[in-house]
Order: sequence, then C-alpha cells, then structure tokens
Amino acid sequence: MGLQVPAQVRRGRKLSSFLADNAIYLVLLGLLAGIIAISPDFVSVINFRNILAQASTRVIIALGVAGVLITGGTDLSAGRMVGLSAVVSASLLQAQDYAYRMYPNLPKLPVVLPVLLCVAIGALFGLLNGVAVAVFRVPPFIATLGAMVMIYGVTSIYFDRPPYGAQPIGGLDPDFMEYAQGYFFSGPFALPYLVVYAAVVTLLVWVLWNKTVLGKNMYAIGGNPEAAVVSGVNVTKTLLAVYAIAGALYGFAGTLEAARVGSATNNTGFMYELDAIAAAVVGGVSTSGGVGTVPGVVTGVLIFQVINYGLNFIGVNAYIQYIVKGLIIIAAVAIDMRKYVRRK
Amino acid sequence: MAATSTYLLEMIGISKEFPGVRALDNVTLRVRPGTVHALMGENGAGKSTLMKCLFGIYQPDAGEIYLEGRKVRFASARQALDNGVSMVHQELNLVRQRSVMENIWLGRFPRKGPFVDHRRMYEETRRIFQDLEIDIDPRALVGHLSVSQQQMVEIARAVSWGARVIVMDEPTSSLTEREVEHLFRIIRVLREKGCAIIYISHKMNEILTIADEITIMRDGRWIATRPADELTPDEIIRLMVGRDLTHRFPPKENQPGEVILRVENLTAAQQPSIQDVSFELRRGEILGVAGLVGSKRTDLLETLFGLRRRASGRIWLHGREVENRSPAEAMANGFALVTEDRRATGIFPMLSVEFNTLVANLRRYARPLGLLDEKKGAEETEEMLQSLRVKAASRRVPIATLSGGNQQKVILGRWLLTQPEILLLDEPTRGIDVGAKYEIYQLIIDLARQGKAILMVSSEMPELLGVTDRILVMSNGRVAGILDTREATQEEILRLAAMYL
Repeated sequence: MGLQVPAQVRRGRKLSSFLADNAIYLVLLGLLAGIIAISPDFVSVINFRNILAQASTRVIIALGVAGVLITGGTDLSAGRMVGLSAVVSASLLQAQDYAYRMYPNLPKLPVVLPVLLCVAIGALFGLLNGVAVAVFRVPPFIATLGAMVMIYGVTSIYFDRPPYGAQPIGGLDPDFMEYAQGYFFSGPFALPYLVVYAAVVTLLVWVLWNKTVLGKNMYAIGGNPEAAVVSGVNVTKTLLAVYAIAGALYGFAGTLEAARVGSATNNTGFMYELDAIAAAVVGGVSTSGGVGTVPGVVTGVLIFQVINYGLNFIGVNAYIQYIVKGLIIIAAVAIDMRKYVRRK
Repeated sequence: MAATSTYLLEMIGISKEFPGVRALDNVTLRVRPGTVHALMGENGAGKSTLMKCLFGIYQPDAGEIYLEGRKVRFASARQALDNGVSMVHQELNLVRQRSVMENIWLGRFPRKGPFVDHRRMYEETRRIFQDLEIDIDPRALVGHLSVSQQQMVEIARAVSWGARVIVMDEPTSSLTEREVEHLFRIIRVLREKGCAIIYISHKMNEILTIADEITIMRDGRWIATRPADELTPDEIIRLMVGRDLTHRFPPKENQPGEVILRVENLTAAQQPSIQDVSFELRRGEILGVAGLVGSKRTDLLETLFGLRRRASGRIWLHGREVENRSPAEAMANGFALVTEDRRATGIFPMLSVEFNTLVANLRRYARPLGLLDEKKGAEETEEMLQSLRVKAASRRVPIATLSGGNQQKVILGRWLLTQPEILLLDEPTRGIDVGAKYEIYQLIIDLARQGKAILMVSSEMPELLGVTDRILVMSNGRVAGILDTREATQEEILRLAAMYL
C-alpha cells in the first residue's frame, strides 16, 4: 500500500524506517542468507520447491485466519476445521481395493466432489463462528475457542466408528493423492500442484482484500467499528462473509493436507491455527485489527517454513528451532510496533 | 425544494422517555434551507438525544419529522444518509489505518463490476475537495492527517452523500482560529448551495458569527428559536441555564506569590516540538498557555511531566534542579498533568468513579502487606466528590455515566489527591457546558488561592483572558511572548501566535 503514503511522509523516510517497514522481508532474506552461508549447497531447485510445497497449505490457512484478524477478530478453530475436512475427504476417497474402507460400498467418486463438500462444510462452520461473533456478539476468542473444542468432538465422532474404530483413514484413492502430490512438468523444473493451488488462492484473496467492497469493509471494521457502522457498512454481513470464507479456506486446506500426508486422523490439523496466527502476525497483520497485507502473510508463512526446512538442512537441533521461532514471533512484532508507537 | 414548505427539516413535538428520565419533552426544531441553525443548550439538555431521534438511533415516543415537507422516520443512520441527512461527529468517526478517499466512500464504494473503482473514487474525492477548497491528498492515510484535516474529511464525506441537512456536533472543539475560519468558509459554501446546517456548539462567539437562527433547549424542552442577530451572549446564556449568569468567570481571588518553578531553554528530544522554552511560574499563579494547534503547547506540558524526552534545558523547583525523566518522577516532585483528551488519556470509562479517583495515587493506600486500605480510599473519594461538588449517583458507578464536566472534576480530584504543587492543565474545559465550565474555573482559581501553581493550556481566548494571571503565547514550538493578562488583548495574542510561522 505504498501508494497511500502521503508525499511529505515519504520524503521524510530514513534508512531506519525503511528497515522497519520492510522488516519481515529482510528477516526472510537474512534467514536464507544465513543458512546459505553455513551450507552453500542449500541453494537448489529441489530445496526451494520443497519449501514452497510445504508452505502451500499453511499459506491457505494463514490467509483465512489473517482475514479474520484484520476485522479485529481471531480464529482458534482453524486447525480443527482442517482436521474435520481432512477426515471427511479421506473417508470419501479411499481406494476401491483398500480393505479397511470406512464406506465399503461407496463407489469411486471424482475427487472434486468430496473436495467441494469439504469446502462447503468449512464455510458452514466458519459461518457459525461468524454468527456467534457478529449476531450474538460473543468475543471472537471465545466464540472460536468454543468452536475449536466442538469441532474436535464432531470430527472424533465421525472418525471413531465401527467397524474399524479410531484407525487412521488411509489407503487413499491414487487420484486423490495425485491431487496434492502431483506435478506440472517433470524433471528439475517440476511445479507441484500444491504450489499452484496456493498461488491461485493467494491471488484470489489479494483481489478480495484490495479490490472488492467486502475487502474494504473488512479493513474498515477492524480499523474503527464505530466509523464503519456510521458509514452504513453492514458489519454483520461482512463478518459473516469473512468468517465463512476463512472456513472455506480451512476446508480446502484440509483436503490438501489429507492427500499430501496420505491419511487423516481426528488429530490432523492440531494447533495449525497457532502456526497460522503466528505467521500472519509476523507478516505484519495487527491483532488489534485494520492492518495487514497478503504479501506480508505469505512472507510470514515462508519465514516459518524456511526455519523448519533450513534449520533441519543445516542440522540444527529440532528443539532449538522452537526457540528460534518463538523469538522471531516476538522480535518481528516488536520491530513492527515501532511503526505505530509514537516516539516521544 | 418544494415551494410549499419554507422548512427543509421539521421536527415537531418530539418526545422521548427512558426508564426514569424524560429526555425529550415536546421539542420542536424547524430548519430553513440555506441557513445555519445553531442548537444550543447545556450538556444533558437533550441536543444529542434529539439528533439521535433524527438519525433513527432512537425512535421517538411521540412527534413527527418532515424532510422537505415529506413525513419521514428513519430506521437507521444509513437510511438518514440515503435521504440526505448526515452528521459530522464530535469524536471523529474515521478509520485511521485507511486512506482519505476510502473513508469518504466507505459504505458505498463506486464499483466497476465486482471490483471497487479506485480511479472514480479518487476523481470524485478530488472534485468534492475542490468544491470545498480542501487541500488534502485523497490517497493520504487518515492517521497521518491533523485533527482539523480529519474534520474536513468528515465534512467532505457528509457532502459526498449529497446531504441537504448536515448536523455538526462541536465541530471546532479541536480547531485553531485559522482552521475555524476555513471551516466557516466551507459552511458558507454549503449554505450557498441551499443546505441546512444544524450547528451544535457551546462556543458563543462562533455561534454568533456563523448562525442565522438559534434554537435553545433546556432540560429536554424547547425554550426558544430566534434569529441570531436578535440575541446577545448574555441572553443566550440566560435562556440556556434558566437564570442570569452575569459573570462567565468567577472573581479572581488568587494572589501570585514568589517564583517556585523556573524553566530554562527547554527543548524536546523528538523534533519538531518545543524549542528553547523559558518561563517562571509563581506560587498561586495561573499561567495560561495560548497558541494555535500545532504550536506544541501540549508538548510543553508533556516535556515538563517527563512524558517526552528532553534534549536540553533545565527545570528548577524551589531553587533545586529537578529532572522529571518520567511521569513517576514528576509526580514525586509534585507535578500533576490533566491531559487534553479525556476519553483517550484521562478516564477509565467502564471503571468506577472511585477507581478513577484513586488510580494515580494507589501507593498511598497500601498497608504493610501491600493490600489496599479500602476504607481510606472510599473516604477520600467521598470527600473529593463533596468538595468538588461532583454529581454522581455514587462512587461505585462507572465514570462513563457522568457528564463531561463531572468527569473532568473527578480527574482534577484524582490529581489533587496526589497533593501536587504544580498543576499542568491541558484544555481543562474542553467539551464541557457553560454552567460546568464556571465551576471548573472556580475550582482552578480556588486551587491557585491555596497556593498551587497552575499552567493551563487553552484554545479559548475568553477563558485565557478571564481566568489567568499571565499568558504565555507559543508559536511553532517557541515562546513568542508572555503577557500580563490584564493588559493582553485577543489581537495581541493572535499576533504573537503567528510570530514564528
């Protein structure tokens, strides 16, 4: 949104504020530079492709959460919705020759049907979050906390049934696996489908946030709810839509997650919401609402993925990675806050 | 406009009752097209309730509203806007994180297919700004604008709705004289176009400058509607308070004594801010600080109080140098600061009057184990409520339920309990009605009489001339001069205020 900065402010910019404004991008570059300095053979098409592919579902989830955060809300139910969607899609798309099918008599379905169903289920639960928040005025933290617990119950009831009980739902239809694990082209420049899905979702969300009335209203509600009401913005409708869209994104991500991993349980997606919130916040989304960009969120996700993958690559102890991640969450936001805190 | 109706807006016989309170009792307001109609009355007189009935935020129990002769009853603010009735709010209702043009078109963005048409939004905003002689980049972030510019944006938004009736609630409460002139130019442009402006304000001289007609309310009732040129300030006040207020200011009974505070070459670290400010303050003296908005009067108080870092300069209290590096240190040295924006930095709205009274001073109520002495706190709160004549149902009610004047008294009381020697007051009567203002003035003079030294920032000329002993005029962060109030004139102050521009 550089174009909205007034000229006099732009002129007054110094190096320090340039650094603050672009902190997250610099953090990402710094991380990459550090890893490459330690281990130059990190630079390879395969590594970067892996990072992008692994980041893909997370980007989709994070964009959903970020939209909610921008309205001044939050969504703790994201991970459990991913789990529900993963379990449902996996159960409907098991290979015909697999012995332990949840629905032994189910004919082979085209992949798109269960995927659309899961997106719809996600949107429905998202909408319920929206109803709790916008209609019943339950604080978003509480509303989605309730939803998180409830959806886990729903998923577990669906998942833990006779004849096979709480077994991971595996033996997935090869077409379904292909849907998440496949590539365009082959050889060194193969492009994973996952990356394409993420790119398309990113583009759609960018258009939604920046070019549509819904997007503008979303920022307005997060920035100053009173002003939005006075201006005749339909706050209820906007919130319902934002939460429902977030749910739809989790639903979609859940199908990808099931197909990527090759199985699903009622614990699939556990704690994903915290990763997503962390990535969004590191990417410059304000938890008090009204501020956030799509490139920021994507960068936030990539930062975490580079830490995961890169630090593994150079052989850093997995527990130390947690410490690094935690520090980055706090440091990124601390740097970001410098933009907002008026120095006296 | 329809030839049959001489009024653009008529609200006839409006009554509204809340449990236990008759907020509006048969109030009538008639506004002609192409006029500025001032709506006056003390806080609690029912002005805002009446406006809320107009905008459908409240539904009146009785009465009828006609817009251009057509009977209307709006169900929401949006419906009012769609019908050409719009409001510029006292507390600015803008989304600070978004651009000017987005704020103006929020709620009805121009579209191209499913997308927002940014180019048209920009062009339309430019056109409206040109009409109103507003010089703001439509793409600027609202958060980067000054308060007065934000106000212009609010007005432009009202105009962009094609409003025929525009309600302005205390539009000048944070504007300088020059900005007020600009606002008045805009109002005159709107009046030329046949709009009706309902202008709510406490500021007498403004009303007499801009208003064509004045309606006065008291205690939820209509008192009078008269052409502005038939009324004098004294007459207006008499109608508003229902009794003669021969003096707008209490008698000056304080007697400045010896110098207790000396400030030399004070310069703030974070510029632009104050530069090279020097002055002396005497025991029992009220030193006014005048200046235009942006002259850094608030910065002066904040630097003295340790809220702003100091680059250079020295502060002596009783001949002893003090540092005041933080508010805590300043408080320990006997300074107290009553901030300008009561809502943002003064009150804790949902918490009790008692909490709000004691919060700056809790350590005094701590007993050996660190638990608070509630009895002592309650007693001192009651004492404060009584001595400052605060009107509150009890000390336990949320402070948000009190009127602005009473909230301000509680804030003053809070700081008095810290037993300060130097009181820094930033716009102490902002947004307070005439009757309550008098009481605040009385309180300030009483405090000075008890030997407190008071530094009082104000944007209201009559107030500075009526209450202070001397007036320090700031211009662009520097001291332009210090005048003896008895010899000061408004013209002289304005001349000094413009010195370093």
